[in-house]
Amino acid sequence: MSAEPLLKVQDLSVTFRTGDRETVAAEGVSYELAAGEVLAVVGESGSGKSVSALALTRLLPPEPSCSLSGSVKLAGVELLGLPEDKLAKVRGGSIAYIFQEPGTSLNPVYTIGFQIGEAVALHRPDVKDVEAEVIRSLAEVHINDPERVANQYPHELSGGMQQRAMIAMALACNPQILVADEPTTALDVTIQKEIMDLLARLRRERGMSIVLITHNFGIIANFADKVAVMWKGRIVESGPVEQIMRTQSHPYTKALIACIPRLGQRRRRLTTLSDELKVSR
Amino acid sequence: MNDNLLEVSDLSVHYPGRAAWFFQKAEPKKAVDGISFVVPKGKTVGLVGESGSGKTTTGRAIVKLAPLTAGKILYHGEDIGVLSNSDFLPWRKKIQMIFQDPYNSLNPRADILSILSEPLEIHFPQMTRADREARCAELLRSVQLPAEHLRRHPHEFSGGQRQRIGIARALAVQPELIICDEPVSALDVSVQAEVVNLLQDLQEQFGLTYLFIAHDLAVVEHVSDHILVMSKGKIVEHGTPAEILGNPQQAYTKTLLAAVPRF
Repeated sequence: MSAEPLLKVQDLSVTFRTGDRETVAAEGVSYELAAGEVLAVVGESGSGKSVSALALTRLLPPEPSCSLSGSVKLAGVELLGLPEDKLAKVRGGSIAYIFQEPGTSLNPVYTIGFQIGEAVALHRPDVKDVEAEVIRSLAEVHINDPERVANQYPHELSGGMQQRAMIAMALACNPQILVADEPTTALDVTIQKEIMDLLARLRRERGMSIVLITHNFGIIANFADKVAVMWKGRIVESGPVEQIMRTQSHPYTKALIACIPRLGQRRRRLTTLSDELKVSR
Repeated sequence: MNDNLLEVSDLSVHYPGRAAWFFQKAEPKKAVDGISFVVPKGKTVGLVGESGSGKTTTGRAIVKLAPLTAGKILYHGEDIGVLSNSDFLPWRKKIQMIFQDPYNSLNPRADILSILSEPLEIHFPQMTRADREARCAELLRSVQLPAEHLRRHPHEFSGGQRQRIGIARALAVQPELIICDEPVSALDVSVQAEVVNLLQDLQEQFGLTYLFIAHDLAVVEHVSDHILVMSKGKIVEHGTPAEILGNPQQAYTKTLLAAVPRF
């Protein structure tokens, strides 16, 4: 029984249908995630990394415009065939999400406190004092003066603070897995570091697993345990982070790493994916 | 006299602040607070700093998109800071801007031809419709997009392609100086490399001068001949990329460098 991972994804495929055209957004995606582990999923826009993460709890359009196949097991329970009411408990309950643009993920007409309280009331009906729980979760993500922030509206907060509020909301329901979809892409480097340090601490303290979707290899090298590289809807390479950063076996992974400008290594020209892949094909 | 295309001295942009009490004097918000720098012709000057440091406001003040509180902006030795909006028009042809968000900086209801034609209609009123169309097709080719795309609308393009269209629009009036405000921050790494290379190729081809505003130090290091580090409205450090990265003097620059995840 000890061999059973927390999350086991097998042969997951996502197909979108528009009119009579079918687009396969993700195909044959398989991975395992143990408790407390961080899996980074990398790839460029359109590689299927976000779609495959949303598919875990079917946060996608309904049939027939979008169909899923394969298997997603959370602690041995199959999620894909689960009825909508049971799945709603998993979403935000066991598997919580934070997204790239905190500004568009928060509802602009409700206060931060109200929105976090709503999540708590929904997923943890046993909590008596919702307000205290909201304040506690805001304090946990290092928001100074949580009482004041709870009464503020999203537009009154900076991008970094909004992302903290999103994380507080995700954590308020004690999830086992946090899916962070490009959590720092919209933020600048110093704030990015604060948010990543925060996620690292929460993972350590709570033993929470994280699926981190990103295209920033710097973050991956410092933060992830395992990496899965996606290209055109498929995982083309996966393995422990040290191995992927050191030796890349797939030309796409090599190309993806080669095109990043690095501090202190000035080159005349940046390598682009097309130059790299042309050479290696 | 010298080869500085742009000379900025003691530039300040202050916005009226909000008073805590009715009778209290409102403290102004100093977005940019007395900065001076030069941009030599044909070079790239990088301007880095975190959100709220005033780097974007600096770029916008140069093209009169932000109000100048004090200071001088000399372009080819001529003070353009004091000009009225209508007197500034000829300079808009020489100084163009590329914006961060390729999704919001193009009119969604216009096709690419009209997006690229608009600056031409303003600055080259003598051009015929056929000339304009030919010029727009040429512009698309220079940013490596097929000329057939002229009739398409912005939503039909990816983020990287839209940024190329933004670049083509800036190039339309044959500017000398382009202010690039976080041109690649919203793009992912592979597309970022393509757009950065394109900007460098165009610089070589047309002899352009760039003021390159960004928060990604690695990108700024890659493109710049000279780097300015901005914090809280002031330039705290400046130097060549080797100086700034190899031997940062200010605590703020060190923090900024330390925050970049390395591998």
